[in-house]
Amino acid sequence: MDEYKGKTISWRMADGVVELALDRAPANEIGLPMLEDLERFISALPALEAKASSLILHSSQKAGFSAGADLRELYEQAKKMDAHSAAKGIRAFLERIHAVLNRLDTSPLTTIAAVHGVCFGGGFELALVCDLIIADKMARFCFPELRLGLIPGFGGIPRLKRDIGNGVVRDLLLTGRSINATKGLSVGLVSQVAAEGEALRVARLTAAQTTKFDRTTAAAAKRFIKPLPAEDLRREIDIFCELFARPAVMEGLRKFVENTGAHPYLP
Amino acid sequence: MKTIEQTTDEVLNLAAAHFKVPRAELQAGDDFYKKLGIDSLQALELLTRLENHFSVELPDYEVQGVSDFHTLATRIQARL
Repeated sequence: MDEYKGKTISWRMADGVVELALDRAPANEIGLPMLEDLERFISALPALEAKASSLILHSSQKAGFSAGADLRELYEQAKKMDAHSAAKGIRAFLERIHAVLNRLDTSPLTTIAAVHGVCFGGGFELALVCDLIIADKMARFCFPELRLGLIPGFGGIPRLKRDIGNGVVRDLLLTGRSINATKGLSVGLVSQVAAEGEALRVARLTAAQTTKFDRTTAAAAKRFIKPLPAEDLRREIDIFCELFARPAVMEGLRKFVENTGAHPYLP
Repeated sequence: MKTIEQTTDEVLNLAAAHFKVPRAELQAGDDFYKKLGIDSLQALELLTRLENHFSVELPDYEVQGVSDFHTLATRIQARL
C-alpha cells in the first residue's frame, strides 16, 4: 500500500522516499487511535522497504511533531479499572508501542524525523527511533515524565543513551526541562537545524541523498552502527509498570487532565 | 552588555511580533498569559524565540511562576 490516509496518520511513497505524516489534532497525542494506525503502517512497511531508500516522519499539526502520550486517554482508561487490570492494560499498550517503535528503529530504510514545535515525551521517543533528527529552530525536545511520577515508557531512555552523552540524558530526564534545536544540535541529538518551517524540506533533500546509495550496503552499515538496545527496552517497560502502580501517578495524571490553566506543559 | 531595560524592550518586541499584537499594547508589567491569551505551548514558542534571539538557554523551570515580561527579561538578563 503505497498511500494511506487514516484517522491519525497518512503515508505516501514517491521517488524512493516514504513520508509518514502524523496528523491528530491538536498535537499528535499518541493513544490507541495512533497506535492502531502505526500498526497498520508497520504491516505495510515490508512492501515499502522493497522499493524505498528512506522514510521521513513528520507532523501535519501546527503545534509540533508530537506532545507525547495521550495522557487524557490513559487517565480515563485507567480510572475505570482496578489496579490489577490497569497494570495489565498499560503493559499491553507499552508492548504494542514498543513493537512498533522497534520495527521502525530497525528498518533498513534510512529514517529521518523532521521536527517542528513540541517534541515531548512519547513524541520525542518516536523521533528517537529515527536515524536522523532534522529540527527547525522552533522545535523543543523534552522528557517531562518525572513530573507525573513516571519515566519515559516508549523506549526513550535506552535510545537517548545510545545517541548522546549520559550527562545530557541525566539533565533531560532529571530536570524535565525542554531544550531547543540549537542545543539539540550541540549535544548531537539533532543532525541539522533548519529555518522555521523548513524541517520537512531539509529532510526531503537529505532523503534524496540516500537514494543514491546501494540499499543493501546502507542497511548493513545501519545494522552495524545502530544496535537495538533490546534488554534496556524490556527493562524500561518493567520500571514504568512498577512506577505506574503507585497512587501518586494517577493523582499526577488527574491534575494534568483537570488543569484548566495555561500552564500544563510547563514544569 | 545590554541593560535590563534593553532586554525587556527586546522581549516585548519579540512577543509582539510572534503573537502579532501591536507593540504599543504591551507593557513590561503585563501578565503575558492573560494579555496575549496564550497557553503553555505558546509560552514555550515565546521561550524558543527568546533563546534563539538572545543566544541563551532558559530552562523552563526558571520561568515557572513567571508571568510578566519584566521578570522574564530578568531571567534572560541573568544569562547574558
